[in-house]
Amino acid sequence: MSMDAVDVAFTEAAVGAGISPLLMLATLAIVGRYQKTSATLPSPAAAFILVFITGSLLIVGTLDMPAFGAADAPAQLHVAPRYIHLSGEEIGIPNMVTSVLASYRAYDTLGEVVVIFTAGIGVLSLLGFSNSQNNAYFIDKIIAQDEHKILRIVAKILIPPILLFSLYVQFHGDFGPGGGFQAGVIFAAAIILYTLFFGLEVARKVINQTFIRVLASLGVLLYGSVGLVSLLSGKNYLDYHVFADDPQTAQHIGILVIELGVGITVACVMMLIFFSFIENIKQEEVR
Amino acid sequence: MIVFELFNYWIVIVLMMIGFFIVISRSNLIKKIIGLNIFQTSVFILYISTGKISGGTAPIIAENVTVYSNPLPHVLILTAIVVGIATTALALSLVIRIKASYGTVEENEILQRDQS
Repeated sequence: MSMDAVDVAFTEAAVGAGISPLLMLATLAIVGRYQKTSATLPSPAAAFILVFITGSLLIVGTLDMPAFGAADAPAQLHVAPRYIHLSGEEIGIPNMVTSVLASYRAYDTLGEVVVIFTAGIGVLSLLGFSNSQNNAYFIDKIIAQDEHKILRIVAKILIPPILLFSLYVQFHGDFGPGGGFQAGVIFAAAIILYTLFFGLEVARKVINQTFIRVLASLGVLLYGSVGLVSLLSGKNYLDYHVFADDPQTAQHIGILVIELGVGITVACVMMLIFFSFIENIKQEEVR
Repeated sequence: MIVFELFNYWIVIVLMMIGFFIVISRSNLIKKIIGLNIFQTSVFILYISTGKISGGTAPIIAENVTVYSNPLPHVLILTAIVVGIATTALALSLVIRIKASYGTVEENEILQRDQS
């Protein structure tokens, strides 16, 4: 990317291409495709004028902002130089994004993993009610009707490299771009691709539903218990220096374990969300 | 030139206003969620733009490199993307449940139902 954000590019590519449009389409398939037209809508012209005024004011506001790429912008002056100059010595891994994510701001990341986990629980409690009602899922019927041989063969060739790549991204995240969040979404995207081509019934045999529910919570538990270990050893919560005498080795162990927890939770929650959406598509609602 | 210096921010504002427009002018709940997603994407671009330093490289320590882009916005945004998709999924599942109990996903019809 021209903005140097390789880690973000990974995540957005996997989420934007593999997960979010599918969730949108699944929802549309469940609730129906067409928007009803009604006369009681507020006029779009009023909304447009409001949006135009707000946008113009914001653009006037940008005139005071530092130029794109300026090295003396306020955002570059406070905490970032410390991360850039000292993370190599303090954490000992080349990828600063991973050091900041998993070590300097590990509290933040813990919070975000918990948010993802909570959202997963929310989706399951809203949509997971119809598990036993229909044995044959609608997606399986569509797949049984259409052959799509070429797509299936291509998917068969693609899925193992995607899974391998996600593991590479997971464990190589200290040295190159990558980490738990990226690996989690890439792994989930591979499983979603598999489900789309071979059906939910088959995917259920590969991915046991109860198993990934347990794994999703185990990931968060792993993350939280790393903090507890350091707490019980008399250090601060999520202080990795208890794991080894050498500070860099200790940081390295801590980051690896935490990224593993993040990766497991993200992958499992994404798969759980996708499965609960896809199993709610029923025959009569798709026209 | 000021146009090139601030171009990224203007794109952010345009995207943000498109999202905002969809949210306030459409009554279909799914369209509203799509609008919120576009809005969210504009915020991501804003953060990543502030992290860029001209002449810098990606924040991975390498030899012969002295200028790195700011790693902090990257951290915030890569987690925000994943959190964003999780919360979007939650919103979409709420829409599915609303459809199941109200029979519609149009906001004004839902309000009418509630009042009558």
